[in-house]
Amino acid sequence: MTQKIEIEEKVLSENDKIAAEIRKRMKEKNIISLNLVSSPGSGKTSLLEKTLSELKDKINMALIAGDVQTENDANRLIKAGGNMVKPIVTGGACHLDAKMVAQALNEMNLDKVKLLFIENVGNLVCPSSYDLGEDMKVALISATEGDDKPLKYPAMFRRAGIIVINKIDLLGLSDFDMDRVKKNALQINGNLKIFETSCRTGAGLDKWFDWLRNLV
Amino acid sequence: MHELRIAESIVDITLREIERRNIAAVKSIGIRIGVISGVNPSALEFSFEAITTETPLAGAKLKIEEIPARGICRSCKRNFEVAEFIFVCPNCFSGDIELKQGEELDIVYLETE
Repeated sequence: MTQKIEIEEKVLSENDKIAAEIRKRMKEKNIISLNLVSSPGSGKTSLLEKTLSELKDKINMALIAGDVQTENDANRLIKAGGNMVKPIVTGGACHLDAKMVAQALNEMNLDKVKLLFIENVGNLVCPSSYDLGEDMKVALISATEGDDKPLKYPAMFRRAGIIVINKIDLLGLSDFDMDRVKKNALQINGNLKIFETSCRTGAGLDKWFDWLRNLV
Repeated sequence: MHELRIAESIVDITLREIERRNIAAVKSIGIRIGVISGVNPSALEFSFEAITTETPLAGAKLKIEEIPARGICRSCKRNFEVAEFIFVCPNCFSGDIELKQGEELDIVYLETE
């Protein structure tokens, strides 16, 4: 005879438990943490390079750079002046999970750190399910992508607190419409804060830097 | 394709329960997936079947209940179904919406022989 046994448990409860521990630990250490997510090639590493160049003498930053293969992004961040950069090579996995981040954090000296950036694997689907214990998700879109990205990946844009619209120096060269992307993003998440930047020309980065200065 | 990893988590929880409760065979596993969870039900079923072949869970089925998104407007308190992921209040057009359901990714029950 068939018997029904109630379980009622989150499938990712193990991940969420570790994420909660990370969040608690970061709070105790007074560290603000941001989880950067986007499609591959939107400019996560470029934004962090610029952020390091501008703020490394003012804010003590730690960075975790996730990649499916290679430590190229981590190496770029070290070259840009990051003195606490930890690569995570997922070896095929399409997202970071809380366990990977907790292990990376265990190998870092966080004593003086004020700001932690976690650069997720370039992917707008899978990372949305995994809480990394961050304070906020920052989603990047670039002007060479479709302006319907927020509508295609609602789970991610719903969970993000910030979007950075990057490569604005290329506006006008594609059919990407700035007003439309903002409307699409705000329709998914009316509380999103939006930055418009070009990591190549530096346009709009001042506002991003100011926001980070105020955050810590 | 993170459904593979999600399927592995479902297997882990199920095997833990099989051991704890001394269950002989699991026929089906009840799963709740919100439409905004970021998890695709058919990819999850495919992954689950693929990783359970020739294991004690071979033949077990996922019974997936999809949960629509519902929100409450923080301005006028209207409770409404969020259709097509448009998080705008149909009453006062505010975009300040608290999501009440639709993000679920839960293992709800096991059906045993």
